[in-house]
Amino acid sequence: MSTITSPTSGLAGPANPTPPRARDKESISLAGKRKARQARGLVMPALFFSIALTQIPFLVTIYFSFLDWNQLRPNEIKFTGLSNYVTVFTGSEFFSSLVATVTITGSAVILSLLFGLLFAVLLDRKFFGQGVVRTLMITPFLIMPAAAALIWKWSMLDANVGMVNVGLKLIGLPPVAWNTDFPALTIIILLTWQYTPFMMLILLAGLQSQSREVLEAASVDGAGPWRTFQWMTLPHLRQYIEIAVLLGGIMLLQVFDPIAIMTKGTGGTKTLSYLLYERAFIGLDIGQAAAFGVVTVIITIVVATIALRTLFRVFMEGGTR
Amino acid sequence: MLARRRALAIGAGLAISAIALSGCSGAGGGGGSAKEVTLTLATVNNPQMKDMEELKGTFEKQNPGIKVNFVQMEEGDLRAAVTADVASGAGQYDIVTVGAYEVPQWGALGWLKDLTPALESDASYDVKDILEPVRKAISVDGKQYAAPFYGESSILMYNKEMFAAAGLTISNNPTWQEVREYAKKLNTPDHAGICLRGKPGWGDLFAPLTTVVQTFGGAWYDENWKAQVNAPEFKEAVNFYVDTLKESGEADPVSNSFTECLNLLQTGKVAMWYDASVAASILEDPKTSAVAGKMGYVHAPTYKTKESGWLWSWNLAVPNTTKNSDAATTFVKWATSKEYQQLVGTTLGWTRVPPGARNSTYSIPEYKEAAKAFAPITLEVMNSVNPVQPGLNPQPWVGIQYVTIPEFQDVGNQVAQLVADAIAGRTTVDEALDKGQVIAQVAGDKQKK
Repeated sequence: MSTITSPTSGLAGPANPTPPRARDKESISLAGKRKARQARGLVMPALFFSIALTQIPFLVTIYFSFLDWNQLRPNEIKFTGLSNYVTVFTGSEFFSSLVATVTITGSAVILSLLFGLLFAVLLDRKFFGQGVVRTLMITPFLIMPAAAALIWKWSMLDANVGMVNVGLKLIGLPPVAWNTDFPALTIIILLTWQYTPFMMLILLAGLQSQSREVLEAASVDGAGPWRTFQWMTLPHLRQYIEIAVLLGGIMLLQVFDPIAIMTKGTGGTKTLSYLLYERAFIGLDIGQAAAFGVVTVIITIVVATIALRTLFRVFMEGGTR
Repeated sequence: MLARRRALAIGAGLAISAIALSGCSGAGGGGGSAKEVTLTLATVNNPQMKDMEELKGTFEKQNPGIKVNFVQMEEGDLRAAVTADVASGAGQYDIVTVGAYEVPQWGALGWLKDLTPALESDASYDVKDILEPVRKAISVDGKQYAAPFYGESSILMYNKEMFAAAGLTISNNPTWQEVREYAKKLNTPDHAGICLRGKPGWGDLFAPLTTVVQTFGGAWYDENWKAQVNAPEFKEAVNFYVDTLKESGEADPVSNSFTECLNLLQTGKVAMWYDASVAASILEDPKTSAVAGKMGYVHAPTYKTKESGWLWSWNLAVPNTTKNSDAATTFVKWATSKEYQQLVGTTLGWTRVPPGARNSTYSIPEYKEAAKAFAPITLEVMNSVNPVQPGLNPQPWVGIQYVTIPEFQDVGNQVAQLVADAIAGRTTVDEALDKGQVIAQVAGDKQKK
């Protein structure tokens, strides 16, 4: 029962360690409490600012979502209760937009993860010009999203002079009207091209943090490259893949430029971010846009909580390796 | 060692805060002296506006103490930015470029300064010189709320060489059925028959499409604000447009608006184009266009009405939230004056004079010579369109290719997205227009009260 360290157990060292929690309880004294208060005091300003800057606008948005407010009829603002939310859930726009968001974001994340893994594996060995190749591979991620969308719209995917169609013509295939016939695919191609370097960098870090000795031991034991990859590298990479998917997913959810520049929301490409922009700046209906925004935030919180609590080992206690 | 590090850190911190604070003071000061005024002008990034920016030095020399800062944006972004600014009273812009769609609505709301006294009191400005339909479209109850910078209607542009090679001729007032036949005959693997806008947007694809609807006898709303989007005439018109695009239109139509079709014509990839008359001045500029001198221009094709050209003008207006109202008005008057037109002609070239705003432009001898291919037809068409009743039936708003209600941006955009889906073959025209009818009726109901 008594966990007070006796002189002998102290000298015995690691053979009989006291559990961490008990040790903390014992050492909390007045000095410790004051230190904790000081630490909290130093963090308070930053915490206060971040709460004010993020939560106050959110509360105002919730208030706006209960108003019937069209910017071009400024004299007719009135409180309207839940009718904006009714519009959100009974209209078809929100759910088709949700489907579009899931499709585009999901496909872009998965494809860029696969390509990123492929390139990371290829870059994980020493060869002549490795540094130059790595820098070139990172470049798509550094280009500004609007510039990237314009490049793809005009130079690559233009139906007449785009490089992709010229290439298809050289092989003998008919040209493809990318924007008209395959709008969602067009966006996914662009996003994959831009986010593969991001995934590649994270996975490359994971690959390079593997212990070489363990890999050598595996090859000595007779495991071929594929088995080594499947049973040793991939489990090690799990944490890195989780982080890459989480960060990549967060960034891809907010993507707006390609849709505004290339497809303008037709053909199943109207993601939530474009829908919100349309409602607010083209529909000029602040109340409705606020309602859409609030519902989006609630869905995001639900999905994020489920994902982070159950799927993502990296945020759980003891998720090491 | 530690002391040196600390000194270095403190020094760096002081330097950074000094730079940051000096930056703050610079921005806050702005026009330091009481006399110097900087006007912020928001405009669309069309070539004529870029010319205006190029020539602003002349204005600044003539008006010492006034500087003009141009903020150029794409049309959709401009509309959103300026609407948000003016509606919220933020007052960021001293002069705004607004279209004939916004001016009457914003004037009625009291957001724009009434320019009638300033324009009429100056005899040399000659406000009666402005084209009558253009002036009607930007006035409310006789008060003019903006000055037109340039105006346009829509015409059919065709490549004379391709027509001659196919042995075809076209009259000055063609019908849509004739145009569709020509397009079919001119559609070859080298060049498409006709370029029509397909990009989803109320000002993109629905500008030409609304004129087609009206000349087929349809309309967005009837006199009692009942939506007519799935009426037989509207359906017939949209089916005609979509089928023409499928048969002889350019590849990838959903990507194409004014700029994209212009590119296709300039490079000889398409034989005909139905779009804004202001394109003619760009197509005839030998420095940028490979088809200068090869183009012919005729009236917008019709069916059941006599004329079907649209009416649009980009105008300069002064929001009431500006703190530099007089300086802004001076600039607006300068940029829309006869002197400015002479300045553009002598400095930049006579084909670049902003068209479709003043009658006197078409009497300038040098302009008549340089623009002889398209100036007469532009003037003819612009003076013959009727913004009060462009279609077969009376309508409760003034405007041809748009409905002058605030909700039209949203309605037009949504229905345009549905029509774009129909062009791409993802839905049928009937389904698209039935959904559009529901959307349009919601807006129509709001007008009834």
